[in-house]
Amino acid sequence: MTDKALIIHQAVKDRGSARVLDHIDLTLAPGERVALLGHNGAGKSTLIKSILGLTRIDSGSIRIGDAAPGSAQARRDIAYLPEAVSFHPALTGREQLTLFARLSGERPDVPGLLERVGLADAMDRRIGTYSKGMRQRLGLAQVLLGKPRVALLDEPTSGLDPISRQDLYAIIDELAGQGAAVLIASHALTEVEARTDRIAILRKGVKVADDTLANLSALAGLPIRLRVRARENADALAARLGGSRVNGASVELLCDPADKMTALRSIAAMGEAVVDVDMTPPRLEDLYRHYAKETLQ
Amino acid sequence: MTRFLAVAQTEMLILRRNRWLLVATLIMVLFALALTFAGSAPTGTLGVDMLTVSVASMTTLSVYLAPLLALMISFDAVAGDMDRGSLPLLLSYPAGRGEILLGKFAAHLAALAFAMTVGFGTAGAVAAWLGGAGPESLMALLRLILTSILLGASFLALGYLLSATARGSAAAAGLSAGLWLVFVVLYDLGLLGAVVMDKGGTFTQSVFPWVMVANPADAFRLWNIAATEGVAMASGMTGAAQALPVWAAPASLLIWPVLGLLLARAAFRRVEP
Repeated sequence: MTDKALIIHQAVKDRGSARVLDHIDLTLAPGERVALLGHNGAGKSTLIKSILGLTRIDSGSIRIGDAAPGSAQARRDIAYLPEAVSFHPALTGREQLTLFARLSGERPDVPGLLERVGLADAMDRRIGTYSKGMRQRLGLAQVLLGKPRVALLDEPTSGLDPISRQDLYAIIDELAGQGAAVLIASHALTEVEARTDRIAILRKGVKVADDTLANLSALAGLPIRLRVRARENADALAARLGGSRVNGASVELLCDPADKMTALRSIAAMGEAVVDVDMTPPRLEDLYRHYAKETLQ
Repeated sequence: MTRFLAVAQTEMLILRRNRWLLVATLIMVLFALALTFAGSAPTGTLGVDMLTVSVASMTTLSVYLAPLLALMISFDAVAGDMDRGSLPLLLSYPAGRGEILLGKFAAHLAALAFAMTVGFGTAGAVAAWLGGAGPESLMALLRLILTSILLGASFLALGYLLSATARGSAAAAGLSAGLWLVFVVLYDLGLLGAVVMDKGGTFTQSVFPWVMVANPADAFRLWNIAATEGVAMASGMTGAAQALPVWAAPASLLIWPVLGLLLARAAFRRVEP
């Protein structure tokens, strides 16, 4: 028995001459929420399909608890939301979810689940009439069937409006609260920022980062961005602060996290010349750019 | 078991909802009735009842129609899910690929059986009512329905094989049309050509019947013809049937669905969605 929900060890996958996964190590504990970030073609979906057993890896190992990918046990333990999920258009939401419930051997409250994801009114309509967001919600409902040990969500926010996204995060928290390890593949960087315990970044099949957001920021040493609005002469202000003028009235400067207070004190010392200050800490987007573009050598 | 049933029930629901069941049944009824009325002329000259003639006509019809209807449902079975993108999710559930395929097969076969039974049954009833029927011609009708279902099963399985091999739904449809053409039309033309070239030599006498019965469509024809003298007379084709043991045609029709399903499962297992 292992106490980890998902263990990926040195996973390698080649497609022709291209290496899609290059010695990937990734471990998820029960209840942990991990974001898997990367550009299109970075290997996120391939990694997820390898965990599902739909694609075979060439070397290395993947374990879902103690089970091998694609084994009956592993398929019972994993819940999966594919990217751009789709269903047979002739079925209704209720019929489709009932099929999945019977395939998984569970006896859940199907109407209750559909209500939970906001499809109460549409459950007896054909899926062909659903919007993209509604199909995504139906996809989420099938993730909640049973009690998965591992939940793999591939681009779960695509097609969802902001309110549905809040629902999605609630569902992710609920899954994690039940003890499922949740792996969320995403481009939507800002969204996963506060919602995950850990962030792993893939770049061309190589895992280039795997840590908490705070640690990743510290390691990258990315600057804080300060934007100062001048009362009248922005050029003069730019000259005194050592920043650059970005539009008619504002000056932007970058400073190291350690020098933040010094910079703020010098701005405050200018008194009436400054109208407003905006401070932007490094965002996941910056981090992502830093780790994803960094050359390997 | 419940998984197999769940797939079968859902598939049946889809066939009913997209009107496939209705359309297929309608096609069968219309064609069978049309042939029964059109073929009712030679009753007097041959001295058989009208149901016998009707069964002979419908046998010819079924050789074309049963494979066509079967392929029309089955070509999309795997390729359709792949094109829609719903296959990865389905395969992430704990149902085996063989189980999924068998579930679809059960539903498709049931739909086909329904269309065949209603179509041939209606035409047979009309023929019996108009021109009489006997125990032998009733047996012939039953045999026609049963063998048509088996013929359909063969082509359902072959359709799944193509569906799991082809890249996408459109390619699978094209391959299915090709398969139909080869098995139902070109195969016989080729054999005919070979027999003509051979001029009654060893090929015609010993090899030809076996090559013929290896094709499920021909096996279907042979089974129906060999079994009933009246049908054989009405269709005017007895030579090949007499050259073969009685079990040859039934064996061919029973082996094809099983073989096709095994091949389809092997192909489906290799699919990486």
